[in-house]
Amino acid sequence: MQQLLNFFFKNRHPLLFLVLFGVSLVLTIRSHDYHRSQILSSANQITGGIHELFSGIGSYFDLKEQNAMLLDENNRLKQMEFNTLGINSSSEITNYQYKLTPATVVKNSYKSPQNYLTINKGHRDFIKEEFGVITSKGLVGVVDKTSNKYARVVSVLNTKSKINAKLKQSNHFGTLEWNGKNSNMVQLYDIQDMVNFSVGDTIVTSGYSMIFPENIPIGTIASFQLNETKDLYIIDVKLFNDMSNLRHVHVIENLDLNELDTLNSTNE
Amino acid sequence: MNNLLFSNIGRFLGLVLVQVLICNQMDFLGHLNPFIYVLFILIYPVGTNRLQFLFWCFIIGIIIDHFLDTGGAHAAASVTMAYIRPFFLKFAFGAAYEYQAIKFGQAEFFPRLTYFGFLIVIHHLLLFSLLFFDIDKLDLIISNALSSSAFTLFLALLLSGLFSTKES
Repeated sequence: MQQLLNFFFKNRHPLLFLVLFGVSLVLTIRSHDYHRSQILSSANQITGGIHELFSGIGSYFDLKEQNAMLLDENNRLKQMEFNTLGINSSSEITNYQYKLTPATVVKNSYKSPQNYLTINKGHRDFIKEEFGVITSKGLVGVVDKTSNKYARVVSVLNTKSKINAKLKQSNHFGTLEWNGKNSNMVQLYDIQDMVNFSVGDTIVTSGYSMIFPENIPIGTIASFQLNETKDLYIIDVKLFNDMSNLRHVHVIENLDLNELDTLNSTNE
Repeated sequence: MNNLLFSNIGRFLGLVLVQVLICNQMDFLGHLNPFIYVLFILIYPVGTNRLQFLFWCFIIGIIIDHFLDTGGAHAAASVTMAYIRPFFLKFAFGAAYEYQAIKFGQAEFFPRLTYFGFLIVIHHLLLFSLLFFDIDKLDLIISNALSSSAFTLFLALLLSGLFSTKES
């Protein structure tokens, strides 16, 4: 016993180092595991609060630009409303499939390989995991963790992010991922080599994932190449969203999700 | 002793806030941001309790991780950096370290540069390999680590210079 204690005492520095290093390593590995929820994240009352406080100050600097963007969007929506007025003004749509909640980004990152955003809506606004996040221009990411007042969003600029997307014209779908290199470009994988498309075509969400409705714009094709086995394309997609300048976003809840889930689980 | 504790806590909080609120908003040349909080580990007083030092470094790392959503990558890199620090102190400062008489403020420029440089590069290499966690992206890891190391090193030398004039 004495010897054991002596051993520990003699090697207390390397032992403490190994313990602390081990703990950090476990936390890191867990953070790379998409499905396991983390203990540590920026969607926490304290860190979220500090981020919100300072993003509040920062928000004054780009008020003009954000206002212009909102005005643009309003304009577009008004235009759509006035042009469709005759069709369904008589019957108000009552059974929505998707519910949108507005939110403000309090922390954004787009430079590290694993980028997350923090938004100022959480449990108490009925935000849950696996809700989609978009802006008026297009896709942003998926909520992966919530606290009472904040939620953390896995950005499309995250090497863990996998989103179902398709070519708008031909409906061929693939998986949208990010290779971690350029914060304007994401990659669409698994499009077969016989599909025809060209640079400049639009990529939208496929609607298969239940998280996003169909046809949410993502970006346009910037370039493409075949993979190593020459049977699938790797397409570089230029995002519509400027990921470095996100302020106002919408969180999408699919109200049919429970129903779809039970359907899927009975199938298995 | 109390004075030391307070200056430690002050540096700790100051560097965390500077890191999270300023350095992570910098997008120098597109995607470069320095990890200036490592300055805390670099200029932590020599000859104090090493266990305490390891703990402090772990905690600063884990707080940065918390803010930046990086799991435990910063903590792992910081603890490693803290653990191997004595070796590089000896390497860079030689005899002065043996007598535990290093004052970073008054140290010569060249030993300080080698000491900062080696530790920062090691910290950043480990940090970026944990962030990417993918051996196929080795080129990205190395290029990112080296470019932001240069940035961090520059800022660290600048800031430690500022601190030292205040102290002397």
